[in-house]
Amino acid sequence: MLARMAEGSTDISGLSFEDALRALEDVVRKLESGEVPLDQSIDLYERGEALRKHCQARLDAAQARIEKIVTGAVGEARGTAPFDTDG
Amino acid sequence: MKRTVEDRFGFVRLRGELSGVKRAASGHLYCALKDENAVLDGVMWRGNAQRLSFLPEDGIEVVASGKLTTYPGRSKYQIVIDQMEIAGEGALLALLEKTRQRLAAEGLFDESRKRALPFLPRVIGVVTSPTGAVIRDILHRLADRFPSHVLVWPVLVQGQGAAEQVAAAVRGFGAIQEHGPVPRPDLLIVARGGGSIEDLWSFNEEAVVRAVATSPIPVISAVGHETDTTLCDFAADRRAPTPTAAAEMAVPVRAELGATLADFRARQQRAILRPVQLGRERLEARVQRLPAPQALLQPQAQRLDELHQRLRRGLSDRAARGRELLAKQRLSPAALERAARDARASLARARLAPALLTGRAKAERDRFDALGRLLASLDPTAPLARGFALVRDEHGTLVRSSAAAAKAARLALQFADGTLETAPAGSAPVKPAPAKVARKPSPPPARQDDLFG
Repeated sequence: MLARMAEGSTDISGLSFEDALRALEDVVRKLESGEVPLDQSIDLYERGEALRKHCQARLDAAQARIEKIVTGAVGEARGTAPFDTDG
Repeated sequence: MKRTVEDRFGFVRLRGELSGVKRAASGHLYCALKDENAVLDGVMWRGNAQRLSFLPEDGIEVVASGKLTTYPGRSKYQIVIDQMEIAGEGALLALLEKTRQRLAAEGLFDESRKRALPFLPRVIGVVTSPTGAVIRDILHRLADRFPSHVLVWPVLVQGQGAAEQVAAAVRGFGAIQEHGPVPRPDLLIVARGGGSIEDLWSFNEEAVVRAVATSPIPVISAVGHETDTTLCDFAADRRAPTPTAAAEMAVPVRAELGATLADFRARQQRAILRPVQLGRERLEARVQRLPAPQALLQPQAQRLDELHQRLRRGLSDRAARGRELLAKQRLSPAALERAARDARASLARARLAPALLTGRAKAERDRFDALGRLLASLDPTAPLARGFALVRDEHGTLVRSSAAAAKAARLALQFADGTLETAPAGSAPVKPAPAKVARKPSPPPARQDDLFG
């Protein structure tokens, strides 16, 4: 079970917000359906919590960061510079 | 003559319909410009031809500027075109439709090419002018909905070179490597504010359309207002009517997501607790249906008690009955005594009176005595003592007559003191009689024993 949990958490951190949200929704639906055996539902709940935290972290980390592409000699994106909206 | 022509018509500007358009392998473009009455050959050298903002095709009305020259080899004069633009909106629309059909035939606008936008892009690349309302609208709406990491690739959105810049920016974003110095966007917005068809023309150009269509990153096209449609819109994965709408398509509303998360959390908690609660209730229900231990034993205990009682009662009953029976059957001393008394009484009643016996015995003795005397008087030997004798023959038979005696061979004379054997005189000599003939004859019949002797 520990291995499964660990596997679950690593695989959660790699999930996109959308996938994590979808997974969370799956978890919730499964739990709500009441078809999951009680013992499994605990694991499922833990996974749901991990997914929720992951999603919440993504939401919390969201902050506006506006940058402007600085191009190189052949027009490739070489770096970024702060973008001044008034510029 | 050539000099005259070139000097005289150093710079001309012509309007006409293209025909006989032919792009040579060298890259030079040959065509003819014609109107209702005239036709003029034209040539556009490779350098300029490559800078054309549209694909020259027969039937397109253009305004071409350049200078006239002659082509001595064919005795012709022609225009060397420096610049060529599409003339008029109708012409532009016609060209737009042609281009659209051509690119559509290539499948660049196919629905099957459309990709889903990422639900929540980590980095959004915006290709637009760094100045103006468009980028501000986008950034503002993004900040409202979901503050995001935005990379702006500044481009000209109008005029000469705009299409190339836009196409280069789209390709440039696509070329950004994952984990490079510049974060790779997972969504692009190509945006421009509203304007005339000429203003928006860069977004109809093939370079932009191809760049957008082949972009490895999903693209939202937000060029012009809702009524304006450019080929860039067709090529993009999603078309937004306005830049603001593009921002709305790009990101979900963070607050809503938070609410969704909270909702999931609440539902999850409810859901996880419900089975527990349900299980507790079901367990409780079963526990309640479980009979109490004492109730489980009660019937048996009751039965045991009952049997015990019956056993005791049975025993006592039996004892009582026994006692009763015993009591009934007990030998009462009184009864015994009574019985004894009765027996004694009856015994007493039944006792032989000795007087009865003795009286009777005396009478009998008297009778016996009388009989004894009688008997003694009747004894035949008694007279013997007085001199009588008993005569018997040899057989012992009494001889009662002399005749009988005469016939007898022998006679026995019994006297009181003994018997004498003799023979009658007239007969044969008598053998000496045995000494003792006085054998007692059978007892006298009258004699009988004493009953009580």
